Amino acid sequence: MITAFLLRSLDRKIIVAIAVLLALAVFVPASNLLLPEDSPLHVPTYLVALFGKYLTYALLALALDLVWGYCGILSLGHGAFFALGGYAMGMYLMRQIGPRGVYGDAILPDFMVFLNWKELPWFWYGFDQFWFAALMVVVVPGLLAFVFGWFAFRSRVNGVYLSIITQAMTYALLLAFFRNDMGFGGNNGLTDFKDILGFNIQAGGTRAALFAASAIMLALSLLVASGIVRSKFGKVLVGIRDAESRVRFLGFRVEHMKLFTFVVSAMMAGIAGALYVPQVGIINPGEFAPANSIEVVIWTAVGGRATLIGPIIGAVLVNGGKTIFTGLFPEFWLFALGALFVAVTLFLPKGIVGTISGYIASRREYRKAASAKPVPIDAEPQAAE
Amino acid sequence: MKLKSYVSGALLGAIMSTTAFHGAFAADDTIKVGILHSLSGTMAISETTLKDAMLMLIEEQNKKGGVLGKKLEAVVVDPASDWPLFAEKARELIEKDKVSAVFGCWTSVSRKSVLPVFEELDNILFYPVQYEGEESQRNVFYTGAAPNQQAIPAVDYLAENEGVERWVLAGTDYVYPRTTNKILEAYLISKGVKPEDIMINYTPFGHSDWQTIVSDIKKFGSSGKKTAVVSTINGDANVPFYKELGNQGIKAEDIPVVAFSVGEEELAGIDTKPLVGHLAAWNYFQSVDNDANAEFIKTWQAYTKNDKRVTNDPMEAHYIGFNMWIKAIEKAGTTDPDKVIDAMVGVSVPNLSGGYSSMLPNHHITKPVLIGEIQDDGQFDIVYETPGLVVGDEWSDYLPDSKDLISDWRMPMNCGNFNVAVGKCGGKGS
Amino acid sequence: MFYRLIFAAFRIFFVCLSLALSLLATKAFAADDLKAMVNALGTASFAQAEELVNNLGKSGDPNVVPALEALSEGDLFVRKSDGQVFLTKRAGSKLELIDPLTGASAGEEAKSALSKVKVNNSLRRAIRAAIGGLTLMSPDRTVRLQAAQSILKAPSADSLEAVETALAAEQDAEIKGVLESARAVALLSSDRSLDDKKAAIEVIKERGGRDSISILMTAANSADEALRPDIDAAITSIENSLVFADAAQNVWYGLSLGSVLLLAAIGLAITFGVMGIINMAHGEMVMLGAYSTFVVQNIIRTSYPELFDWSLAIALPVAILVTGAVGLVIERGVIRFLYGRPLETLLATWGISLILQQAVRTIFGPTNQEVGNPSWMSGAFELGGLTITWNRMWIIVFSLSVFFALLFLLKRSAFGLQMRAVTQNRRMASSMGIRTPWVDAFTFALGSSIAGMAGVALSQIDNVSPNLGQSYIIDSFMVVVFGGVGNLWGTLVGAFTLGIVNKFLEPYAGAVLGKILVLVLIILFIQKRPRGLFALKGRAVEA
Repeated sequence: MITAFLLRSLDRKIIVAIAVLLALAVFVPASNLLLPEDSPLHVPTYLVALFGKYLTYALLALALDLVWGYCGILSLGHGAFFALGGYAMGMYLMRQIGPRGVYGDAILPDFMVFLNWKELPWFWYGFDQFWFAALMVVVVPGLLAFVFGWFAFRSRVNGVYLSIITQAMTYALLLAFFRNDMGFGGNNGLTDFKDILGFNIQAGGTRAALFAASAIMLALSLLVASGIVRSKFGKVLVGIRDAESRVRFLGFRVEHMKLFTFVVSAMMAGIAGALYVPQVGIINPGEFAPANSIEVVIWTAVGGRATLIGPIIGAVLVNGGKTIFTGLFPEFWLFALGALFVAVTLFLPKGIVGTISGYIASRREYRKAASAKPVPIDAEPQAAE
Repeated sequence: MKLKSYVSGALLGAIMSTTAFHGAFAADDTIKVGILHSLSGTMAISETTLKDAMLMLIEEQNKKGGVLGKKLEAVVVDPASDWPLFAEKARELIEKDKVSAVFGCWTSVSRKSVLPVFEELDNILFYPVQYEGEESQRNVFYTGAAPNQQAIPAVDYLAENEGVERWVLAGTDYVYPRTTNKILEAYLISKGVKPEDIMINYTPFGHSDWQTIVSDIKKFGSSGKKTAVVSTINGDANVPFYKELGNQGIKAEDIPVVAFSVGEEELAGIDTKPLVGHLAAWNYFQSVDNDANAEFIKTWQAYTKNDKRVTNDPMEAHYIGFNMWIKAIEKAGTTDPDKVIDAMVGVSVPNLSGGYSSMLPNHHITKPVLIGEIQDDGQFDIVYETPGLVVGDEWSDYLPDSKDLISDWRMPMNCGNFNVAVGKCGGKGS
Repeated sequence: MFYRLIFAAFRIFFVCLSLALSLLATKAFAADDLKAMVNALGTASFAQAEELVNNLGKSGDPNVVPALEALSEGDLFVRKSDGQVFLTKRAGSKLELIDPLTGASAGEEAKSALSKVKVNNSLRRAIRAAIGGLTLMSPDRTVRLQAAQSILKAPSADSLEAVETALAAEQDAEIKGVLESARAVALLSSDRSLDDKKAAIEVIKERGGRDSISILMTAANSADEALRPDIDAAITSIENSLVFADAAQNVWYGLSLGSVLLLAAIGLAITFGVMGIINMAHGEMVMLGAYSTFVVQNIIRTSYPELFDWSLAIALPVAILVTGAVGLVIERGVIRFLYGRPLETLLATWGISLILQQAVRTIFGPTNQEVGNPSWMSGAFELGGLTITWNRMWIIVFSLSVFFALLFLLKRSAFGLQMRAVTQNRRMASSMGIRTPWVDAFTFALGSSIAGMAGVALSQIDNVSPNLGQSYIIDSFMVVVFGGVGNLWGTLVGAFTLGIVNKFLEPYAGAVLGKILVLVLIILFIQKRPRGLFALKGRAVEA
């Protein structure tokens, strides 16, 4: 059954994308570690960290595409799941510091020591074990998504209302995590990590391994997402997106299906967050900011909604652009970014990938038509949503 | 179908090569200085000024012929008030642009975010803002005030000169106010203030509705004892706070507010008439009356082509930090960060308040503490100045876990958190 | 150096002089002595200056009032060459010198030749009390009232006699009331009989209010043991009477916060609620409104300073035009291509908001801009134990007027009719001959200009910086969604409900937790009523 699921999930695009990702997972670390610095193919360490970060963003965008592209749930709060996953990983990394903190307290992280906390709060227990933290990386976002979705979908909150309350959720979490009383380091968040699974987090090898892990995890998630959307279940999801009431009248349990997708997507976002934190070295409440979640939507839209590969390309492209422009035109890059969003919505409503596939499809159609009938036909009008 | 993967591959490649090439223009005959201040996002409001100040200082230095016979070249990036982006940009500055030192950061979280990068790549960060202390890092030079260079003298002034017996510690809920208030609370109690005479209040960032809190302060102040507010409220939230104070009729004569994050730059956005007499504690005010400062203000206003541009304390901190760095380079004869770090300790340069500041072994500096009252033109009148220079104390003596720690980056100690109680580096030890 | 020595000598001399004078405590000072004392201010330390001010107050000569006022305002300067102290007025690049006692002009002097006489808070307190004592008998009613109030704030047994004399002569009921309280307060610290003091406590109790508690508590610290029970009883009684006032104050704060939310959200209720555009650039329209106010005020400040009190009234149409025009351009340039794709409007308007923010940052700089409060927007008044600040009150009035004007426009005008027709059924409206594209464009411009009006008001209470809009956008969406998309009344009720709930939670939960709780309540509420407080009914909402 699993093989069937996997086989179905593979089409040419996905195979190519996964192959590219796996190749990157091998090539980038290898070139960084093995090639001499002056080699033209050498990838400098800062680029490894940078691309590693992009890959985690890409995973987050993929997670969003699953719910938005295929299920019609526009979540403006996916950053919250990402951040929660990140915090779970951050707590593990914090506990790994042990007595190497500035105050030398073996148990308490530094920020608790100088705020005079006497003992570790209960919700920090267990995070010294990697397996527990890894579990929490998926369980906490999953649980939040489950509870949130269970209420929201059952009450049939949808459309913009759903978007706005997901925004309220991430905003509330932002404020909560800002509070120093919460025990998550307040505004500073968690930082100053030393090592992960016993490896120095700043070592080149660890960075390369984290990059590879991100690429592999992205490939894996792509496989799962593709499996979901290509299954019968996925077809129903698209049905829900386009006409929820009809699907409900056909006898499907719409709420359950939405809930399942939402939870899976939240877990993916959590994993993305967990991979993000060790690579950037800090997790703080800023990740909960509603603006961040909106940006994820934008990456997805730029790349192409409901294309699975699009969001990956979108995330890498927008963030790559950000990196370049913040360095080249520090004063003007926001104009470029803003103009990009406007331009994409106006001229590429289906995103980059969507537009390219559309173009190729219409070319093929045209050629087919041309060979069958000599009369050229106009581009088919798009069906309204 | 294959086209897409080509496209995505090509795009990745394009980004890689563009980012890589961007750095390749670097000419070797200049010394590069990284400037890491947010030019967009929420912190742009404070940090943009510092970027301009740095560009001015570099330009002035180049007019004098640069340093070691080479010109300085500024590399400006925009970390966009996004904390992880600070780390990424710091790495880019050091690895790609090969800067010799970085001047930057404002918020504590941005500093915390870049710390590991500076440690790993062994470069120098000059951090120009007053902060909560509890940190000393080999690669960082803290040119802003530690809590004992701002908060404690201010409280002393109020207690002695205004006879304040009741204290409201109001702050934004983040690490600087939290720590400063912890220190102040311990300090006040050690001075015999009763715990019920201290009220502590935290608000979120950018808090704009101060009605309830101001009326609470009013209520707290109506107990018959002289009351003052010690404000660690962060930049943006100050304007509505002061406006509400003014409107609810809380005059400085009744309940003075002493602020640690309100300087000339912040006041430039407020009508200060209702605020006359409220206080601020800094190590520099634009109104300091001496030739060096007059010269600095003149250069700054000429550089920004605006004769109303104000100067402020973090700018002075960059001024001191930059001059110290230049001096250390001359002393070390190289821009190699590792050597410059060692040469920095002991360097002494004139500050703008009419004296000299020197770099201490704990990478903090000596500064005078000034207390000023707000005037109706948005400037401060200095009403008190510490008799001598105050030595920056990174590990507060008023916090139980940090009172045994000291920092000394000279050999042989070379440690940022040496515990004098157990006699070894690394805090409590275990 | 030489001057300094002379000054030092002068200083010692005058301090001795003033101390001697204070010992004499006569009321007849020769003008020369006063002049000497005022001049001594120029070089005195803060403590010495305080002593001098007290003595000037005791002189009873109203001629010293201008000098004291100038000192407290920071307008008193000392001439470096001869140590003479003058009042000053701006005269071009120089300062015009005015004799502190006679008010006669004494020539001009360059700024560098003068140095300002420094003043601090405790000195200002002393000045306030001294001026109060000196102006109690002033013929000007407002001056007398102020004098009475400042005595009330700085009670001392010394002023008791002066207050009683003034009280005997006073005709005005309001001033009399204040003087009665001032007398009672001064009496508490004097050496009068216990019965007098008990009566005084009664008077203060009757006066009520937070200040009275403060007065009584101060008195309790130094008072006779025998008076303690009376004072405590009075305090409890005042506190009890304040419980109700506190609750009312909370409601007021809530209304005021609600009015701010309403102002911020009401434009969004049009662009998002009525037109269905997820308008992330809404906050930037508010910001543009605030910057329009700034620009208008700047022009007024430099060219027509006498119009300053009208600056907001002038800024209002300017802001409406500016934001309306920007709105029109956005609609015609971008949004009209996106109808029927609400989620894509989110992306495009987000991009626009980034561009607008950065544009403002580039033009005006990233720092806060100063927007002043006209005199009628400053200060506060008391109403039955409530402190009501003028700016908050005008903002409530303003937001309600905007709301009802908009309601009127929508329900009673031809444009409103067309607008509703287009939003309810575009095709039908189009078939009826309505030019839907223009209705769309003007509706969006209307929503934008309302946001601009909000910006004018918000510039009075918040930062005017490029980030202004960002801080309101989320709250605005919450209000509109909570109230029910597409229903103006819902926005009104939603804004005030959220405002009041927030303000009632804040004293118990703190500002941060209070806000979190409100957000959680909104999320829960939406589960209960997925279409907000006042849901639109019918099929239109499904589309």
